[in-house]
Amino acid sequence: MTAHGTSLPAETTLGTVALEQDAAALDEVWRDRPGFWGWLTAVDHKVIGKRYLITTFLMFLAGGIEAALMRTQLARPENTFLGPDKYNQLFTTHGTTMMFLFAVPMMNAMGIYFVPLMVGARSIAFPRLNAFGYWNYVVAVVFLYVSLFANTAPDAGWFAYVPLSGPAYSPGHRVDVWAQVVTFTEIAALVAAVNIIVTTFKMRAPGMSLNRIPLFVWAQLVVSFMIVFAMPSVAVGSTLMLAMDRAVNTHWFNYTEGGDVLLWQHIFWFFGHPEVYIIFLPALGFITPIVETFSRRKVFGYTALVMSNITTAFFAFGLWVHHMFATPIPELGQSLFTAASMLIAIPTAVQIFCWIATMWAGRLRFTTAILFILGFMFTFVNGGITGVMLASVAFDKQAHDTFFVVAHLHYVLLGGAVMPLFGAFYYWFPKITGRMLSETLGKWNFWLFVIGVNVTFFPMHILGLNGMPRRVYTYLAATGWGPLNLLATIGAVTIATSVLVFVINAISSWRSGEPAGEDPWGSSGLEWATSSPAPSYNFLHTPLVTSRHPLWDTTVEQPVVTGLATDHREVLITTAFDARPDARHEHPTGSIWPFYLALCMGVVFIGSIFSPYFVLGGLGLSMLGLFGWGWQGSRATGPEIVATPKSITEGI
Amino acid sequence: MHSFFNPTSPQARAVAHLWWWMLGVGGVIWIGVAAIAVYAALANGGHRESDDLQHVSPDTHSRMERVVGVAGFATVLVLVGFLIYDFAVGRALAQHPQRGLTIQITGQQWWWEVEYESPDPSQRLVTANEIHIPVGEPVQFKLRAADVIHSFWAPNLNGKRDLIPGYMSTIWFKADTAGVYRGQCAEFCGLQHAKMAFYIVADPRPKFNAWYAASSQPHQTPTDSTLLYGQRVFMTSGCAVCHTISGTQAQSNVGPSLSHLESRSTIAAGTLANNHANLMGWIVNPQAIKPGTRMPAIPLEPNQLTALVAYLESLK
Repeated sequence: MTAHGTSLPAETTLGTVALEQDAAALDEVWRDRPGFWGWLTAVDHKVIGKRYLITTFLMFLAGGIEAALMRTQLARPENTFLGPDKYNQLFTTHGTTMMFLFAVPMMNAMGIYFVPLMVGARSIAFPRLNAFGYWNYVVAVVFLYVSLFANTAPDAGWFAYVPLSGPAYSPGHRVDVWAQVVTFTEIAALVAAVNIIVTTFKMRAPGMSLNRIPLFVWAQLVVSFMIVFAMPSVAVGSTLMLAMDRAVNTHWFNYTEGGDVLLWQHIFWFFGHPEVYIIFLPALGFITPIVETFSRRKVFGYTALVMSNITTAFFAFGLWVHHMFATPIPELGQSLFTAASMLIAIPTAVQIFCWIATMWAGRLRFTTAILFILGFMFTFVNGGITGVMLASVAFDKQAHDTFFVVAHLHYVLLGGAVMPLFGAFYYWFPKITGRMLSETLGKWNFWLFVIGVNVTFFPMHILGLNGMPRRVYTYLAATGWGPLNLLATIGAVTIATSVLVFVINAISSWRSGEPAGEDPWGSSGLEWATSSPAPSYNFLHTPLVTSRHPLWDTTVEQPVVTGLATDHREVLITTAFDARPDARHEHPTGSIWPFYLALCMGVVFIGSIFSPYFVLGGLGLSMLGLFGWGWQGSRATGPEIVATPKSITEGI
Repeated sequence: MHSFFNPTSPQARAVAHLWWWMLGVGGVIWIGVAAIAVYAALANGGHRESDDLQHVSPDTHSRMERVVGVAGFATVLVLVGFLIYDFAVGRALAQHPQRGLTIQITGQQWWWEVEYESPDPSQRLVTANEIHIPVGEPVQFKLRAADVIHSFWAPNLNGKRDLIPGYMSTIWFKADTAGVYRGQCAEFCGLQHAKMAFYIVADPRPKFNAWYAASSQPHQTPTDSTLLYGQRVFMTSGCAVCHTISGTQAQSNVGPSLSHLESRSTIAAGTLANNHANLMGWIVNPQAIKPGTRMPAIPLEPNQLTALVAYLESLK
C-alpha cells in the first residue's frame, strides 16, 4: 500500500509557514462562533450534520423503546400491560418516529455530513437553509414527544387512513399532531434534498466529473430527487387536505359529501412507497465504500450500480398500489403494479451480485463494518424474497395487513437500512469523532443484532399466515399465537441488548477511543484526505480529482486548487457535468434567522391546529426572519483561481 | 381453524400452492445467495492478484462479468416465471360465479352485520358475527362499511377484501369441507380492531337450510314469568335502543341483531364463548372486556339481570 491520505501535500509549492497561516485564517473565517449564541447560529454542515445524527439516533432509541413496550404487551395472550388506547398511541408513534423522525432524517444527516467532504467542497450549498431544516426537524421531535407524554399522541396509525383519522372518528387533536409532525419533517427532508442536489451538481472538486462521483454521493443524489417528487404528495395530503378536513370542515375525504376515502390512500402511498427506497438507497450507498475498503478492490460494475440506483428510483414511483391490493381497484390495473413490484427486484439483485463479486476478487478484512454488510446480505435478501411474494395480488390478499407484512418490512428496513447504517457508523465514526469504535464491543453488537432481528421477525411470518392481523393490541389464547409471540419478544430483548452495547461503545469510544488519524482504514474517498474530524473549512486546498478513487489512484502528490480567498467564506462553483471551475461564491456566515424562522413555522403549523389566526401571526413574524436572513453586504472578488498542475484541469 | 396453511376452498388452495412454490424457489435462492456471499467473503479469490490496490486482472474481471451477467439474467427469468404463475392464479380467482347465495356484510366498529339477500323480502335474514354457508356452493359476499375501513378475511377460505365507506366490494368462495372457520378484521379500525372476529360455519345444504329456516322464525312472546320480565327489562332498560329481536318491538340496527342469540357460539364479535357467565359479565361491564366498545354498561338490579340473561338465553 502506498502512503496517501496524509495532508494534501502542497508544501512543495507553498511554504509550510504560509500553509499554517492559511489554515489559521481559514479556521477564523469558517468556524462557528463560540458560546450558546454560536450554538444557536451554527451553520457548518458538519456541526448541523452531527446534531442531526445524534438527534435521529435518539429517535431510533425512542422508537425502539416503543417497540419494546409493544412486544411486552404482545408477549402473551390477553395481556393487560397496555390497554388499546396506549397501544394504539405507541404503535402510531413507533411508525411515525421510525419513518419520519429516524430513517429519513438519519439518511439525510449522513448526506449533510459527508457529501460536501466526499465531493471535496468547503461547505454545503445552502448552509443557513440547512440549519433551518434541522431546527424544523427538532420542532417535530419536541412536538411529537410532548404529545406522547401528554397522552395526545396520534393513534390512527402512521398511515392515518381516513375516515378513521378524520374529524368524525378521531376527535380531539391526536391526529392533528400527526399531520403537523409530518409537515415539519417534509420541510426538513426537502431542504436537505435541495442542499444535496445543488452541492453535488455545483460544488464538486474540479475534475470530479459525473462518472467519478462516489457511489455514496450518487445514492444521496438520486434519493434527493426522489424526496423532491415524493414528499410534496404527503405534504399536500396531510397538511392541506387532512388538516383542512379536520380543522375547517372541508370534504376532501368525506364520502357522504362527494369526497373520496381511497384518494387518501393514493396520495399517501404515492409518497409512502418511494419513502421505503428513500431510506433504502442511501444505505446501499454506504455499502460500496465499505466493501471496497475491506476487500481492497475497486467495486465491480460502477456503471451498473449507478444505473441500478436510478432505475430503482424510477420504479419506486410505480409500485404504490401494491399497498392497496385488498381495495376494490380493478384487477387489470393491479397486475401492472404486480409486474412493477417484481421488476424492482432486478436492480437490487444486480447491486448485491456486484458487491459479492467485489468481495470475491479481494481478500476480506473482517471488521465490524463489513460484518454488518454481510448481515445485510443474509437479512435483506430474505426480506426481498418475501417482497416478491407480496407483489403477487393473490398472495398479498392473504398476507396483507398481517404479521407476515410486519416481518417482511422489518427484514427489509432493519436488514436493508439499519444494518448498513451500523456498518456505516463503525466505518465513519473515526472521521466524525477522530476516534475508533471498539471492535470487540462491535462484534457483540453485530451478533446480538443479527440474532435478535431473526428471532424477533422470522416467527412473525408464520404468525401472519396463521391469521394474526397487524396493529392488534392483544389476541385470544385460543388463537394459538402465544408461543411464537413470546419468541418474538425474546428476540426484541436481544435487539435492545445489542443497541445498548452500541450506545456504550459509542460513548466510551468518543471519550477515550483509540485515536484514528486521517485515514484509519486505507480508504479511497476524499473524505479521508483531511484530518479527523475535518476542520471547519474541510480541506486546506480544494483537491483536484483525477479518478473515482482519489486516494488509491494518486501515486504522486495529490494535486490541489489554490486561489480561493482565505479572508471570507469563498467556495468554488464547478460545472454540473465535468466539474470544471466555473465561478466563485461567497457563503453566508452563521445566523440566528434559520432558528427564528423554524420557530415561526412552529407557530404557523402547530398553531393551525387551534386557530387559523396563528397561521397569519406566524407568517407575519416570519417576514422579519426572511428580511434578516437576506440582509448581507457584498464584497469584491479575490485573486484568480489556479489549479495545479494546470494541465490536469485542461485535460478533463 | 384459522390458518392460511389449511386451505379449504379452491381459491385458498390455489393461493397456497402459489405460495409454496414461491417459498421453495425463494428458499433455494436465499440459500444460494447466502452460500455464495460466504464463499466470496472467505475465499481468497484474489490469490492470483497481489494484495495491493491494483486493478483486477482482465481475466478475473471478465469472469466476474460473466457470473454477474448470468445471475442477473437468472433473476429476470425467475421473476417472469413468478409473474406468469401469479397472473394465472389471479385470473382464476377473478372468475366470479354467476349464481349462488349472496350475503351482505357490513363492517362496523367493532362487529359484523350479516344479511342474507333474497328476492323475497320475507326471506331476508339479518344476523351478526356468525356466517352460515352451504358446503360446496359458491357464496358471494357484498362488502360495505358503515363507519371506517374494515377488512374481511377468513384465511382458510380466501384472501381479504377491504370494506370501504362509499364503495361496495365483493369477494366469493366455495368451502369444500364442512367446518367452522375463524376470521378477523384485518384493517386497523380503532380501539377494538383486535376484538372484531367472526366465524364462518360451513354446513351441508340440508343442515344449512334447517338453520336458515329456524333463524328466520320470529320469536314468540314468552309465557314463563321470569322470561316475560326479562323481555320487559330488555325493552325498557335501553337494550332495545340498539338491538333487534325479531318478533318484538326491538328493531334497531345500531348494534348486532340478537335474534336467535343462543344459536351463536360466541358473543362480542368472537371475543367470548357464549355461555351464561360470559353473557352476564358482558352485560354488567362491557368496557372491561372490550374497552371502547359502543355498548354501554347499563345499571341493572340483580333480579333484572338474571331475568334479562334468562330471556336472552331463551332466544334459540
